Amino acid sequence: MSIDLSQFHQVFFEESYEGLDIMESALLNLDPANVDAETINQIFRAAHSIKGGSGTFGFSQVAEFTHVVETLLDQIRGGERELTANFVELFLEAVDCIRRMMNQLEAKEPCDIPEAATIRKNFEDILAGKDTGGGSPSPATIADEAKADAAPSGWKIYFKPGEDIMRTGNDPLRMFRELASHGPLTVSVVVDDLPSISGIDPEKSYLRWNLELLANVDKSAVDEAFEWVVDESEIVIEPLGGAEQAIAATEAVSPAQPATPVQPAAQPESAKPAVADLPAQTNTQTTAPAVTPAVVSAEKASAPPATESKSAKVDKSKVEVSSIRVGIDKVDSLINMVGELVITQSMLGELGRDFTMDKLPKLLEGLDQLSQNTRELQESVMRIRMLPISFTFSRFPRLVHDLSRTMGKKIELKMIGENTELDKTVMERIGDPLVHLVRNSLDHGIEKPEDRIKAGKPETGVITLNAYHQGGNIIIKVQDDGAGLNRDRIREKAIANRLIAETDKLADEQIYDLIFRPGFSTAEKITDISGRGVGMDVVRRNIQELNGSVEVESDPGVGSSFTIRLPLTLAILDGQLVRVGEHVYILPLISIVESLQSFKGMIHRVAGGCDVLRLRNEYVPIIRLWKIFNIEPEYRDLDDALLVVVEGDNMKVAILVDDLLAQQQVVIKSLEENYRRVEGVSGATILGDGTVSLILDISGLIKLAGVRRDEYKRVKNDSGRAA
Amino acid sequence: MSKTSKIDDTIDMLNQEISEATSDEEYCQFLTFYMDNEEYGIDILSVQEIRGWEAATAIPNAPGYVKGVLNLRGTVVPIVDLRLRFGMNQAEYSALTVVIVVNVHAENGVKVMGIVVDAVSDVHSFALSDIQSSPELADNRNTSFVTGLGNINDKMVILLDINAMLTAQDDADFSSLRSRSDD
Repeated sequence: MSIDLSQFHQVFFEESYEGLDIMESALLNLDPANVDAETINQIFRAAHSIKGGSGTFGFSQVAEFTHVVETLLDQIRGGERELTANFVELFLEAVDCIRRMMNQLEAKEPCDIPEAATIRKNFEDILAGKDTGGGSPSPATIADEAKADAAPSGWKIYFKPGEDIMRTGNDPLRMFRELASHGPLTVSVVVDDLPSISGIDPEKSYLRWNLELLANVDKSAVDEAFEWVVDESEIVIEPLGGAEQAIAATEAVSPAQPATPVQPAAQPESAKPAVADLPAQTNTQTTAPAVTPAVVSAEKASAPPATESKSAKVDKSKVEVSSIRVGIDKVDSLINMVGELVITQSMLGELGRDFTMDKLPKLLEGLDQLSQNTRELQESVMRIRMLPISFTFSRFPRLVHDLSRTMGKKIELKMIGENTELDKTVMERIGDPLVHLVRNSLDHGIEKPEDRIKAGKPETGVITLNAYHQGGNIIIKVQDDGAGLNRDRIREKAIANRLIAETDKLADEQIYDLIFRPGFSTAEKITDISGRGVGMDVVRRNIQELNGSVEVESDPGVGSSFTIRLPLTLAILDGQLVRVGEHVYILPLISIVESLQSFKGMIHRVAGGCDVLRLRNEYVPIIRLWKIFNIEPEYRDLDDALLVVVEGDNMKVAILVDDLLAQQQVVIKSLEENYRRVEGVSGATILGDGTVSLILDISGLIKLAGVRRDEYKRVKNDSGRAA
Repeated sequence: MSKTSKIDDTIDMLNQEISEATSDEEYCQFLTFYMDNEEYGIDILSVQEIRGWEAATAIPNAPGYVKGVLNLRGTVVPIVDLRLRFGMNQAEYSALTVVIVVNVHAENGVKVMGIVVDAVSDVHSFALSDIQSSPELADNRNTSFVTGLGNINDKMVILLDINAMLTAQDDADFSSLRSRSDD
């Protein structure tokens, strides 16, 4: 199967730029002194998406580069490493580097960034542990060491940076900030070396500093802050005269500190406060007279206050709704249509000013034109929002092809329901979760060929993507015939990650549900395909943001299946209007099998059960809409009745209606928004005359009518015997 | 005809007042309306607009007091008949019958709903200190919606808590009485 992936390159670039922007702003908001787990997660997810996307499109340089970045981020996220200001700088450099790579790729130039190798080397050094500059041990270890050494209560530091410190991208402010993360810091600047104003080179540094850090930390922690400038600067670090209460205070507080990075799940969902807050915060820390360490540390331990995270959350949701990507040609065509509409309107206005009966044909012609303009306008507006899901699906064959080759697995990808229409905004945001799910199925689900043969399964594994409308929802299923989820391993892992207690008794579904928790992964080794445990938490979050849900079913040895359910709130539906009494309802056209006029002999009454319609060699249960909806119909007689045969929930039913009216496209409006869910109704719409009409939900009707599947099957079997 | 247009004028005037309504710590403005010869008031800040009655689309198997849903400029809005909600007799809908569109703060955000009342009256300011708490009537579920009693020129106005009234799950009282008719 060959699909031209280049048509999606633009989308990928745009998404990646967005991701880079997210990383950048999150990095800038990040305060190394007070690491917010959610922000780290945010950066990590953005990096992960860029890596995944570039892998999909075969931009291996970007993918490899981002992989290194991501690995370090993952370690910080997992609490294995502490974030330092240096890391933030390095990450920002990496972001710039990735952005330049993207620029080159977008311009179809060969990807060649000289710094890339250097930056990558830096990351690799850190990961390999060569660089103590960033690679400080975890906070817990610091606390232990501090206790063991009973180090002096603070440090006196003399720091004279080299003149060129600014040129190399090292900002003393960041170093001080990092120092301040250990405890109260007093900074005094020596300006003796400043030349006269005419002699100043603005790019050089002439300042010297005397610093006093009141914190019971190792000398290495202080060294660390100056790690990057130690060669070019003059640095003297001396212990400060001991004050014993400080030691006690640090001991009391330090065990609380690791809590922040280690438990991302417990963190409130929050973005960091605005950038403007940062300098202010640091200022107070550096200039204020040294408060007793206990107070400061205690404040820090309780750092993310509830109110702050709340306001940040509001900001975030505001940003989310703001943009939808539309091709400029579509906008142009809309403008053209509006132009035509204006012309028609002025023509009609002219006509109306001095209308005489002989101008009637012209008026009718104008009205015709108006209705045509309106229809075209409506269609193109709809077209902007609605796209077949194949747009998202078509990037998977390549992904599956490439990944299955690198993993040495044989996998066939089946796609069903590619023409199911989906709102564009929904689609854009379902893409990444789907990629994660497919990657997961590939990586964890499908076994290696030899294992499959051993298990008595065909060598080639099958991943099925299936999209369809059901009731008021769009269902997207990602199914594989692999090994299924490993219940015991998930449990072990969850206990190891302290997601659950060892004593917790959980049902299978609850255990499977654990895979959607942040920071969960069962992969034995980290591959660059999946297995970082980021996927599932992103998947659920993205889907929940769309008011949808995701569920997992698994059968050991048979396979697993992820079901994404998204509401149709914004979607459009082809509807068949039907009338019962004075009420007009809408049946989704897609669910209608056929409509027919019944005659005597087609209808059978099953004793104690429902009435059935004999449709060729099948018996179809009959649902009387008036009966289940408690309304007054025009016809009750089943002989000579109008029946619409519909399919829902994998079964057919015949619905008794009074009349079939027009077919039309309807915009689905939510009933739940202002009212509540109504059984048998998936939503409402507004008809041409301004009245509200309800859209019927077939599976809901079946439930409401009490037609049970087993009953249906029995009838079906009977019919089989009869035939 | 003249009567209808007078109603329209009243509605226009009240809508104007609603859009300008304010409240502070001491005073609260209430929109008052009539039902069964009693005057009721609801906090004007929860009122979005007033419109004349028009037929709504029935919702299947809804409680009797839910008259259906209406299209309010593209939003589907459920309509509740307040008389039926309070267990009073249903009144004939006339030219005077109005729908007060209110914003209800439910658990999952603000919902827009319409309530059908006999007629709208006026907008009144009450000093919070003048509002009396309602007498406790143990066995009447409706009194839980009453926040207090206010006085205007010796006339009593019953002040309602619209949020509690429209979000309360109280279907059973009505729906249980409606048995499905068999054919």
